[in-house]
Amino acid sequence: MKYPVSQHGRFSVISLTGEVDLSCSPQAREQILKCLKQGKNLLIDLSQVAYIDSSGVASLVEGFQTARKQKLDFALVGVSKAAMQVLSLARLDTVFTIYDSLDDCE
Amino acid sequence: MITEASTENVIEVENLVTHYGDTQILNGINFSVKRGEIMVIMGGSGSGKSTLLRYLLGLNTPTSGCIKLLGKDITQMSTNEMHDMRKNMGVAFQGGALFGSMTVGENIQLPLCEHTRLDENTMRIMSRMKLEVVNLAGFEDLMPSQLSGGMIKRAALARAIIMDPKLLFFDEPSAGLDPVVAAELDELILRLRDAMNMTIVVVTHELDSAFKIADRITVLDQGDILMCGTVDEVRNSDNERIHNLLNRKPKTEVVDVDAYLQRLTGHGV
Repeated sequence: MKYPVSQHGRFSVISLTGEVDLSCSPQAREQILKCLKQGKNLLIDLSQVAYIDSSGVASLVEGFQTARKQKLDFALVGVSKAAMQVLSLARLDTVFTIYDSLDDCE
Repeated sequence: MITEASTENVIEVENLVTHYGDTQILNGINFSVKRGEIMVIMGGSGSGKSTLLRYLLGLNTPTSGCIKLLGKDITQMSTNEMHDMRKNMGVAFQGGALFGSMTVGENIQLPLCEHTRLDENTMRIMSRMKLEVVNLAGFEDLMPSQLSGGMIKRAALARAIIMDPKLLFFDEPSAGLDPVVAAELDELILRLRDAMNMTIVVVTHELDSAFKIADRITVLDQGDILMCGTVDEVRNSDNERIHNLLNRKPKTEVVDVDAYLQRLTGHGV
């Protein structure tokens, strides 16, 4: 699974889609860390995510922590209901910066 | 894939007959669980509920009958096929079954180390997230012997859900816990089902817990299924044995003198 990177203002946007599970979360992690290594502020679009498992969420957590260390912005956008339920299970909905849509990100 | 209100059976048991030695434990039972459903198996001691769980987990081979998990008959599976099936299954045993020589964190990460090739950072974050979920954050470096009974049960649950299994089996989640911790575990089971759409089978004889979490309850008695129904259906059942179970009434049996003497002496008359 390849995750496309687009540009929105000062942010790079990685769009995760479908089922983000053990089989493809390593690729998501790699893409997230690669963008951060390049010093990009990052938005992760989760609007098309049907399911995300703990390994996918762990990739988001690692990305967020890496961004904070590098003083880069990192936020989730358009979190689908399925993804939000998983995030809230570990109270991560209160940890991540979350925007409803790309239009809300400045 | 999250689906709501699924009607698909992900666990199907047909005509399951099991023995321990010469003693028949399950008498040809039929049983099914739908995706995303919480099925509670209830029954008194010796009813066969723990035996049923062992067979659902593929730990024993039945005398006859079939057990389908996620559409596949586990009684016909090779060791490798069963190994793959287990990636979809999480089990929290009654006593925790944590490895005493490993830290809590290592115990929880164990299935990931066995079944995946995830990055070490990812595995560490996943196990800490699960500890957050079960309210054991910060306890990853402790040894199991340093945990209370309730904490061991929660750590066992964290290990059971580390792979986000499609099927979660939980043996006596509330046994031996104080009411507050037991209620917290019940809430957690409900949240797991809602967030991950897990199919959950809980074996318990705790009535409060069963009524709180169950979508359906299967009542076992002496190796047979007395009934399978919703909480209200079980509560309103006019079956005397179910009444006795719900009202904690000891069963009175007519003693078969010959059978009793044979059990004591090992000889028939």
